Amino acid sequence: MDMSLGRSTFRGYKRENGRVGVRNHVVILPVDDLSNAAALAVENNIKGTMALPHPYGRLQFGADLELHFRTLIGTGSNPNVAAVVVICIEDKWAKKVADGIAATGKPVAWFGIEQHGDHDTIMRASRKAKEFVQWASELKREERPLKELWVSTKCGESDTTSGCGANPTVGNAFDKLYPHGVTMVFGETTELTGGEHLVAARCRTDEVRKKFQFVFDRYQQVVDRHKTSDLMDSQPTKGNIEGGLTTIEEKALGNIQKIGRQCLVDGVLDKAEMPTGPGLWFMDSSSAAAEMVTLCAAAGFVVHFFPTGQGNVIGNPILPVIKLSANPRTVRTMSEHIDVDVSGLLQRQMTPDQAGDKLIECMFRTANGRLTAAEALGHREFVLTRLYESA
Amino acid sequence: MIHFVVHDEGDSVGVVVVEGVKAGQKLTGWIMDQDREIQMDAKSDIPIGHKLAIKPLAKDATVIKYGVDIGRVVAAIQPGEHAHVHNIKTKRW
Repeated sequence: MDMSLGRSTFRGYKRENGRVGVRNHVVILPVDDLSNAAALAVENNIKGTMALPHPYGRLQFGADLELHFRTLIGTGSNPNVAAVVVICIEDKWAKKVADGIAATGKPVAWFGIEQHGDHDTIMRASRKAKEFVQWASELKREERPLKELWVSTKCGESDTTSGCGANPTVGNAFDKLYPHGVTMVFGETTELTGGEHLVAARCRTDEVRKKFQFVFDRYQQVVDRHKTSDLMDSQPTKGNIEGGLTTIEEKALGNIQKIGRQCLVDGVLDKAEMPTGPGLWFMDSSSAAAEMVTLCAAAGFVVHFFPTGQGNVIGNPILPVIKLSANPRTVRTMSEHIDVDVSGLLQRQMTPDQAGDKLIECMFRTANGRLTAAEALGHREFVLTRLYESA
Repeated sequence: MIHFVVHDEGDSVGVVVVEGVKAGQKLTGWIMDQDREIQMDAKSDIPIGHKLAIKPLAKDATVIKYGVDIGRVVAAIQPGEHAHVHNIKTKRW
């Protein structure tokens, strides 16, 4: 174990509930599709705020509605967010989401559109947003220990170089961060197909293993229920196949390189569920990039490692997404998207240890405030997971 | 120059990591887990990221990569030939 890494610090924003963020966003959060226009108007009025428009929130029910609320409340509660203005067509749900976020102790205000209309709502919400953004602009970063950083991972537009280069680099970094009490997560349930036994073998206890196997089997049943022939049109994706990946098993084995060789799976999370302690967590989740990263942000993660082969361009509004690639063609043709070039790995010009250190160095710089490529390019994909059709 | 990498010496396939590999080209491969090099003649043009067989693979044989089963052979593959969706299929779904 590298003890000097354990003594390393980053400069973050300590929030009211003790969690530490690495960004200081003031978010304008619409609860439903109907409130997007007002949220975007407030964002336009008040510089330094960010609206998170999305297409859902009406007539959802049961577990799907619970997930909707958990994701919105989790997003607002993320320590990368300083304060939140919630806007909803109806007062009751605006208050529900705002109350959920307010449990963190951060400033939150809510506005219902009914009985007011957009103009009046936008005016009142803008006044509050201005107050929040000026307050947030005076918050200061402070020195915090590494263990207070929460790091998520998910790969995308993978190819065979992901499995030999970029994903093992994340694995190397995870193996180094794990002993120091960092909280980490991976997911992509169907993309473990063919390698699920390897993840099961890494679970810390039988209880965790049973829970993992249960969520894995459940997702396979979803695939079985809805597939028309097989998943060859979706898994691997057309981009994966173009990149040389042939089967889901091959993709999964490459995917699993992200959890390194030593760290154990300490627990299993539902979608957007917050971990209750340090260690490596598995989140039952979609393998679609923007959905999975949105769920990580809602679970409270503050920095994300995103290895790519063919060159996925994804970002997230509140969670800085660090992209790394080992594919020399991608690094050359899509350089503006790549934060960490580990293509030297495939020519034996760089060891996995050096690649992992390079990623960790970028993690600290990002945590300290350096914008990622995705942030600089304005990638703010905010994509809510739906479980089934609306009522 | 490393033209292709192999995860483990027990694997059936390697991954081309340079652009423009042509049939007939002499290739150098790196077996990562055992950290040793092997030589192979390319029998097809193979794009970067795509696989080549490093041993003869008969129809219905299991393809091994990372030391694990990644699918079955649906059309025989000679060493040095392009190995992809035209000759390998998943055993799942």
